[in-house]
Amino acid sequence: MLSSIYTFAVFRAARSVLSFLVVIAALAVLWEVVKLLGGDPSEAWTPPFQWTVASDLNMPHLWDIAASFVEPAQRNGPPLGIVLVNAGFFTFREAFGGFVFGAVLGLALAIVFVHSRMLERALVPYVVASQTVPIIAIAPVVVIWLRGGWLAVAVISAYLTFFPVTIAGLRGLRSPDPRALELMRSYASSSRDVLLKVRLPAAAPYLFAAFKIAATSSVVGAIIGELPSGIRDGLGGAILNFNQFYVSGPPKLWAAIIVAAIVGIGFFALVRAAEVLFLRGRTAPSDA
Amino acid sequence: MTKRIGRYLPAALVFVGVLGLWELAVRAFGIQQFLLPPPSSIAAAFVEHFDELMTVGRNTLVEAVGGLVIGGVAALVVAFAIARWASASRALLPFAIAANSVPIIAFAPIMNNWFGILNPLSKMMVVAVLVFFPIMINTLRGLTLVDQASLELMRSYAASERAIFAKVRVPNALPYIFTALKVSATLSLIGAIVAEYFGGARSVLGQFIITEAAFFRFANAWAAIVVASAVSIAFFLIILAIERVAIPWHASARIVDSS
Amino acid sequence: MTDSVVRVRGVDKVFGIGADKTPALQSIDLEIPKGAFVSLIGPSGCGKSTLLRLIGDLTQPSAGTIEVNGKTAHRARVDRDYGMVFQAPVLFDWRTVQGNVELPLEVSAKDRAGRADRARAMLALVELSGFERRYPWQLSGGMQQRVAIARALSFEPAILLMDEPFGALDEMTRERLNLELLRIWKQTGTTTVFVTHSIPEAVFLSTHVAVMSARPGRILEVIPVDLPQPRNDLTREDERYFGFIKRVRERLRGRDVVRPGAAEVAAS
Ligand SMILES: Nc1ncnc2c1ncn2[C@@H]1O[C@H](COP(=O)(O)OP(=O)(O)OP(=O)(O)O)[C@@H](O)[C@H]1O
Ligand SMILES: [Mg+2]
Repeated sequence: MLSSIYTFAVFRAARSVLSFLVVIAALAVLWEVVKLLGGDPSEAWTPPFQWTVASDLNMPHLWDIAASFVEPAQRNGPPLGIVLVNAGFFTFREAFGGFVFGAVLGLALAIVFVHSRMLERALVPYVVASQTVPIIAIAPVVVIWLRGGWLAVAVISAYLTFFPVTIAGLRGLRSPDPRALELMRSYASSSRDVLLKVRLPAAAPYLFAAFKIAATSSVVGAIIGELPSGIRDGLGGAILNFNQFYVSGPPKLWAAIIVAAIVGIGFFALVRAAEVLFLRGRTAPSDA
Repeated sequence: MTKRIGRYLPAALVFVGVLGLWELAVRAFGIQQFLLPPPSSIAAAFVEHFDELMTVGRNTLVEAVGGLVIGGVAALVVAFAIARWASASRALLPFAIAANSVPIIAFAPIMNNWFGILNPLSKMMVVAVLVFFPIMINTLRGLTLVDQASLELMRSYAASERAIFAKVRVPNALPYIFTALKVSATLSLIGAIVAEYFGGARSVLGQFIITEAAFFRFANAWAAIVVASAVSIAFFLIILAIERVAIPWHASARIVDSS
Repeated sequence: MTDSVVRVRGVDKVFGIGADKTPALQSIDLEIPKGAFVSLIGPSGCGKSTLLRLIGDLTQPSAGTIEVNGKTAHRARVDRDYGMVFQAPVLFDWRTVQGNVELPLEVSAKDRAGRADRARAMLALVELSGFERRYPWQLSGGMQQRVAIARALSFEPAILLMDEPFGALDEMTRERLNLELLRIWKQTGTTTVFVTHSIPEAVFLSTHVAVMSARPGRILEVIPVDLPQPRNDLTREDERYFGFIKRVRERLRGRDVVRPGAAEVAAS
């Protein structure tokens, strides 16, 4: 029974990945068709139109972008691909740190709010308002406070990730049937027991939905955090750097964007996989 | 009435308390301006630069609203178009979800190159791409996650696909769309400010903050941050008000008797 | 040639394919005369809902034919001959009570001018005048179900198909709605097929009770209930009322000889 559930999940995941690849392939074809119609003329082909957007400067050929990965990023340096993979890991580390900080803080706040109406009323409006503060503006201050480094960026990233976790956690912790809570009370359970045995398990699906959003936000937060902090080892730094030298090598910026996309999607997929494993594992025993 | 005051009192107390503590701490420990200016300096900076702050705030708001309109309309059009074909939506949803986890701000420099670094359109396009996926995904969910019984009811009336779309799917999607719009309101302002960071016209919030911070006028930078948050909250509240009028039937608008 | 509104002949319904094949209904024959009130009763899973959905063309038979008003069931649905009421009211949150009742009139583009009046009249019929501008969530469960009935009647369907419409209600509300339903049925003369779990309800309401058996679903017998009309609270105390209840109950327990397929409703 269990194995068939997993087969089904694997089948569905495979279908999602497949349709994702098909759409990517379609976009790639579209890209080159646009270049064929309005790109820069070459020896072999003169396009019927001249669109600025489709010029080699604005939309480099896909093969040029691909080739840029193996060419050195700087004279006599390592290939761009290696540089970007390192930058990707660096940013991922910041993002992961931000994710963990944010998730712990977000869940802690939710637990506090569930137990105190007073604190909920006093603080939740500010939790919501906090998300309207443009983090790129406060990032430099945080970096100064924490004396730079990837940890500072992780804190900046956590600023974006705690929010969905708090909101979803609050909703999830409140989701158990009031009668279940009353039942627990009739057993004279401590509120710690209620939290561990009733509230947290009920909140798990809500939390995973929030973790998926948080995974994405944490990568965004890490990249944004790098920009004003002078940190040049991550993807934010790479994007800023290749943006400055865009005219001399447009494919490099595109390559950095592709790696950033892979990090974002990869982190999301990781959390999604954890969700499937964790939530299935929890429901399976009662089914059997 | 007293109930209302009781509801907002804790939040108001926290506001006053935090501002007071902040001011006290800065003075007592002699924290330097560049670490954290006291609220009084920020307020003074706000008064002094009021006109300029309003101008840069308005310019950034225009970018954010413009981007939200472009991205929102595009997202609605795409969602409505593909919701008609179940297989198309099923195929595109995984892509949209994956695309939604791409850090879109990475495209900011590209947009500057495409649409001109000084053209506000380049910032709008960053915002548009940023809000496109959340709105598209939510709309698509709203159009497709329809109660089966409602569909069966319509089928018993031999209703056409068009009638089902207009009378069931679209109304069903409205709350989803508003949820996405509320998230996007905040997102659009942050997106615009980040896009400004990659260069462009001077009199916008992002550039104002960078410049003032570069010259160590941190009170001015913080005043601009306050403006950015205020604009963002106002934008959110406007969409909330539109939602209340547009879908008065929705659960979020119900007046619940709080005991 | 009788004036049957519904004519079900030799209908089988099989769900699934291969190893998952479940025969839900087997050789069903049923004739429902014009103006009749027929209840389908039987153990859970015996195919009552399926039979109702087959008549309403919401699913298709694996074998056999279904005729409604001398047409195919599909034709009848396209001609908007059906008013359906489900176990849940299925009202649209975004429409007022009035708007919900007008829905089928809008869909069939019928009676554009008189739409509002018609809906108001139907709401009066189910005693919900004054609630036109409310939203469904502002009504109780019983009131919502009455809105659903008003909606089903609003376009004067040739037959009313009801799948346990009062299943989720308490006994008192249920009895009151039973009386209301009978009053409306008398007033409109709409042929009605009614699925229920409750033997007393089936006997009280119906001109005929079709007793079904499970796995595969068959009609064991159609019992004509010739209690006097109009029925009211006195009916529930009638000696013969209890007699019919006993008879249906025994049939459900299978104390009688099974005669599959022999289920012809006599024209009343
Ligand atoms: N869509 C479907 N797919 C597969 N099997 C179905 C489907 N619908 C019904 N069945 C099967 O057909 C049989 C009859 O179902 P039906 O819903 O008609 O029963 P019912 O008499 O209405 O039961 P209840 O009184 O519980 O509502 C059941 O065994 C059910 O499992
Ligand atoms: Mg049923």
